[in-house]
Amino acid sequence: MALPERESPIGKRASLFVTCIVDMIYPGTGMSVVDILEHVGVEVDFLPDQTCCAQPAFNSGYRDEARTVARHFFKTFKDAEVIVTPSGSCAAMLRHEYPHLFKPEDDDAYEQAQRIASITWEFSEFLVDGLGIANLDLTLPAKQSFAIHDACHGLRGLGLGGAARELIAHLGNAELAELNECEVCCGFGGLFSLKMPELSNAMLQNKVKNIIAADADTIVTGDVSCLTQMNGGLSRGKSPKRVLHLADVLAQALPGGRS
Amino acid sequence: MTVELQSNDFIALADIALRNPDLQHAVGAGTRGGYASRAEAMFAHGNEHGEFMRRQAAEAKRRALRQLPDLLEMAERNLLANGWGVEWAEDARQANQLVLDIAARHGVRTITKSKSMLSEELGVNHVMEAAGLRVVETDLGEYIIQLNNETPSHIVAPVMHKTKDEIRDIFIRELGMAPTDDAEVMVAFARKMLREDFLKADMGISGANFLIAETGSIGLVMNEGNGRMCTSMPRLHIALVGIEKIVETVEDYATLTQVLPRSSTGQSLTVYTNILNGPARSDEDDGPEHAYVILVDNGRSEIYGTKYADALACIRCGACQNACPVYRSTGGHAYGWVYGGPIGAVLTPLFVGLENAAPLPHASSLCGSCKQVCPVDIDLPRMLLDLRWDQVRKGQSNVDWDAAMKMWAIGMTSPTRFALGGKAARAGQAIMGEYMPGLLGNWSKHRDFPDFAPKPFRQLWKERPNVRA
Repeated sequence: MALPERESPIGKRASLFVTCIVDMIYPGTGMSVVDILEHVGVEVDFLPDQTCCAQPAFNSGYRDEARTVARHFFKTFKDAEVIVTPSGSCAAMLRHEYPHLFKPEDDDAYEQAQRIASITWEFSEFLVDGLGIANLDLTLPAKQSFAIHDACHGLRGLGLGGAARELIAHLGNAELAELNECEVCCGFGGLFSLKMPELSNAMLQNKVKNIIAADADTIVTGDVSCLTQMNGGLSRGKSPKRVLHLADVLAQALPGGRS
Repeated sequence: MTVELQSNDFIALADIALRNPDLQHAVGAGTRGGYASRAEAMFAHGNEHGEFMRRQAAEAKRRALRQLPDLLEMAERNLLANGWGVEWAEDARQANQLVLDIAARHGVRTITKSKSMLSEELGVNHVMEAAGLRVVETDLGEYIIQLNNETPSHIVAPVMHKTKDEIRDIFIRELGMAPTDDAEVMVAFARKMLREDFLKADMGISGANFLIAETGSIGLVMNEGNGRMCTSMPRLHIALVGIEKIVETVEDYATLTQVLPRSSTGQSLTVYTNILNGPARSDEDDGPEHAYVILVDNGRSEIYGTKYADALACIRCGACQNACPVYRSTGGHAYGWVYGGPIGAVLTPLFVGLENAAPLPHASSLCGSCKQVCPVDIDLPRMLLDLRWDQVRKGQSNVDWDAAMKMWAIGMTSPTRFALGGKAARAGQAIMGEYMPGLLGNWSKHRDFPDFAPKPFRQLWKERPNVRA
């Protein structure tokens, strides 16, 4: 199914959907997103009633529970003009799955789902495709090399991939290197990582091997869940390499660093 | 060997595969090689051309499926007109009985067989052997599998799970081959052995890649030529054909043979691309005296009426297996039935019952690679999600998960409860440290977990000095 059409977000207020994992574990990444968006002149708000996009329930087959949580999302973001989220998989949930979860005869939920799907942007695509800004006019304090891990839902669910590379390529002092099998899943897969831990780990070890071999100091990705999986494996394997969220890399280049 | 249904043991079988270094090496290299050569062949003339071929192929199969009952009738008429015998089988038992009856009628003793995944579903070999007939698999991979008393682990590369050394040892052990490390010598050896069986066989059994309705023909693609030997040398030929193999026209066959070899072996065309039109005519020197098509349902028409009907568009190219990071780690046997990989995770529960293949819909990180490479654009991840949903709806899900998800939904519908949950997680982590309880322990087995932040984002936002009202 084609993704819903979106209007240009230029000049609109961006409501940050920070995601549950960023909220609880990586709040600094949320702040980086805010700082970068404000750096390019976007007005950002944070609706404090927000929780989760419902993906864990949806992906494990619990659609009633997913609908309940999606309805909470609709209520929270009812007045949002544009939603920006630092996660390809949560964005894919809002853009792809919400419209599937409800039927036209389901009160106004179907319309709400369509509306959410048509105003939601993943962080990197919001900048590059939405605002048309690939060059943030920023320079890192020192030379660094990066390689991109294309998180699955962003790459294959939303057709991203180019945006993060463009943003890094325009960043002063940043070099882009290759990561072998950059498009292959890291093995996270949400509850997959708990239900099939050995398989998830086999996929992780393949990713870790490629990260260690990559000619880059830092791996950049657009999903903190994949990042948690990869860093969990790198740290357990005593590798000094780490994966950072794109927003945190970009924020390093802000004047005075991240606020 | 007949495949024994063990799909409920997926996790244990996957663990065995993960601990088998030969399998890891062989499947890792085989799948990655297939994946790379597919991309190269599919997009040799640019992305647009490749995507166009996929759309065309997807449409040809969908058009055929939409008219399935009518096209099957058309196919039967045209097959009969071509001199084929046509039989219909509802299930494996009927199909096997039909093969047995035909073999008995014609006094068959030796059968050569070309590769057919449907025959694996049916367990034909086992039934024939039990009736005292000799069946020889003639596809090289299938030949090795048969010698080693195994089942195929991959749709197009049945012996992908074995290394060259393992295959050499099978040839030495089972056939007395003189030791060698030269793959070409091994192939020549197998070829010589098989040649004798080709000359002896009374009957050939093949599958069909496609059944062409408008001409009453079987479309068969292959690289080794064994299929030609099976279908033209013996005096009798039986084609086992799943009813979903139908296409409407010869043009559709051409369309689909553009994507099938590209997706499976990275070839723009297989070495042999055949259209078989039944038994030899009176003025023809070659070809079988009698040829039969057995149209097999075996669960397909039941799938046809459901939201999974699109899975019947599958042309068995194996691209989803090569692309799947789970399959790359386990190979096909872990899936516990005929079909491994993403298509197997979808088809197996549909064929054998969801309760008999409960782990398979979860044997995926939903990374989407299978959908991306599928030449007929089957949305496999969506079907896996739907199967998971069916499990929950039918009360087949795990009760602990049921309870956890109910609690989770309660937590996630209130910002206060959400924040409390976060606090509890922080406190829990402070007390428990690295140790994580229950299923969460599965995380910390192989990976470290980051610390929960002392202050969540919602609090940092509130404390921002320049926060807007």
